[in-house]
Amino acid sequence: MKLPPGVSARDFDTAVQRFQSVVGPEWVFTNDEDVHLYRDAYTPFYGEEGEIIPSGGIGPNSVEQVQEIVKIANQYGIPLWPVSTGRNLGYGGAAPRMSGTMVLDMKRMNRVLEVNESLAYAIVEPGVSYFDLYRHLRSINSRLWIDSADPGWGSVMGNALEHGTGNTNHHDHFDSHCGMELVLANGELMRTGMGALPNSPSWATFRYGFGPYISAMFGQANFAIVTKMGMWLMPEPEAARNYLVAVPRKADLVPFIDTLCNLVNRGILNSTWQVASPLLSSQAPEIAELVRNGAPVEELERAGHAANLGYWGTRLRLYGPPEIIEAEWKYIQERLSAAVPGAMFTPGHSYEFPIDPETVEDPPDDLFARASISIPNLNIFSIGGASRSQGHIFFSPIIPMSGRELVKAQEVFGQAFKDLGMHPPNFIGGMAFFKRNLVVLFGLPVSKDPAANQKLRENFRALVKVAAANGWGEYRTATAFMDDIMNVFSFNNHALRRFHETIKDAVDPNGILAPGKSGIWPKRFRESRT
Amino acid sequence: MRAIVVFALFAGTLVSVPAFAQSAEPDVKAGKAVFEKWCKPCHGDGRFRAGTDALRTKYKNEKPAVLEERTDLTAPLVKATVRGGAGLMAPFRKTEITDAELETLAAYLSRTTPR
Repeated sequence: MKLPPGVSARDFDTAVQRFQSVVGPEWVFTNDEDVHLYRDAYTPFYGEEGEIIPSGGIGPNSVEQVQEIVKIANQYGIPLWPVSTGRNLGYGGAAPRMSGTMVLDMKRMNRVLEVNESLAYAIVEPGVSYFDLYRHLRSINSRLWIDSADPGWGSVMGNALEHGTGNTNHHDHFDSHCGMELVLANGELMRTGMGALPNSPSWATFRYGFGPYISAMFGQANFAIVTKMGMWLMPEPEAARNYLVAVPRKADLVPFIDTLCNLVNRGILNSTWQVASPLLSSQAPEIAELVRNGAPVEELERAGHAANLGYWGTRLRLYGPPEIIEAEWKYIQERLSAAVPGAMFTPGHSYEFPIDPETVEDPPDDLFARASISIPNLNIFSIGGASRSQGHIFFSPIIPMSGRELVKAQEVFGQAFKDLGMHPPNFIGGMAFFKRNLVVLFGLPVSKDPAANQKLRENFRALVKVAAANGWGEYRTATAFMDDIMNVFSFNNHALRRFHETIKDAVDPNGILAPGKSGIWPKRFRESRT
Repeated sequence: MRAIVVFALFAGTLVSVPAFAQSAEPDVKAGKAVFEKWCKPCHGDGRFRAGTDALRTKYKNEKPAVLEERTDLTAPLVKATVRGGAGLMAPFRKTEITDAELETLAAYLSRTTPR
């Protein structure tokens, strides 16, 4: 356990006693064994001096308790790191940014407060996971769908606040939220949008309210603690179909991406897709060998052609009445065929609804299949299961949804990996997590070996700089690198960061809310910036 | 006189609580529910189950990869793994799985282990 910087052991003990009187002694965790549970399981500092160790955890069960905790924290200067379900693996887990911070663990606040079937929304507390919301909707026989993040234990609210994404037409989770309740740093309660108008029936339907739309500033931020959120849900469609599209040549990537982008901008493609190489996932030994040996492009194209795989491919998911899906699919094929000669189209699995979720099997080639029809799961971890991975951190730069830009990113990152002595990834693809953008996602393995982790950190920081030199920044990052990322958003002598910190000092003068989150440090701890 | 009776009742309560707690077996059925909620998505039988895949790699064919089929799990091992994590699996906090729930989970997963 580490005390918060600048807080005496006596003040800390007094604050802990007062926290105990608010939430009950069993929900304040300060012994080493319990504090261990709030370390980042995927930390790139495992066992090193630099690893972030919290001073404890507090598990409130109500908004009123959060308000009381915040007031006490102000009095004794105890920094708090709010987490909702506290998973966020690969981006820092439940651990804070600064050692000695206490984790405000809101997992127990797990109530679904309202479901409106006709307006298709739910209002949830922080601890409601995708599993929880899914089970709740089923228990009330709702015909609304959730859009789960890859791991179903993630928080509906927390994932949206971290700008996380899923698979269906509601995959941009922050974009699907509407209305927040917040505990401010002085313990006061505030509601945004229509929530500011007492008894408004539109809190979770009209997000702008009146005046500035300030909800946006509470995502990836430390200006207040979000305690309720409205989330728009998708009515269960009549059908969900998915289709595999592949293009034969390496150079087809540019028209392929640009046409997909156009389909997104037209509102034809509304779900998440990612472009990757089918050669990479091929089980055929001869193809795996070519890939492993870095065979010349022509050879790979020939092998892809012979196996009917293509060189680049994607899976597209369409939702709605079958006749509309078929019309959309026909249009998509026409557009892609015109743009990329030789484009190949294969129907994948399809579902008609309603469906008994117990009967839905995972198809062998699609670990997102169940999540894409609203059934939460933890399939994503199977990527590292058999190899007994120790975890990873994500390097996730965002680039415009442009074929040329992706080709440039392939060249830039391919070279950067080589320069850093890392194994250059084959076939760097792009993920359409957000409209008009691609995320070029790299999962970099963490280890329990300090030397390997040190190299990983150096490489990560180098990659951030290489990306920034090309105008690319990360959409989200592990706590360890928040300062590095914010540091490259430096236009006009860091005007944005300075603005963030002007707000921070105004709304949280004692600097108790999540010091260092997204590189935003309160005046009191500003020298902690790395 | 009344004060003595009250004291006697109170003392009786004090004695009976630990006696009851010691004799009560953790609820195996409740443990199954904890397993299904928290463990099964990775440790169930089927495709893309990270925990099952990892244990298959670890134990080859020496032990079942599916946790519920194991007959050698002990309660202390289950508890240490849930709180300590293993490989890709991050530890579970007490706000997720309480100590009382963990007792039932440990009882469930060790139910077929010879004592």
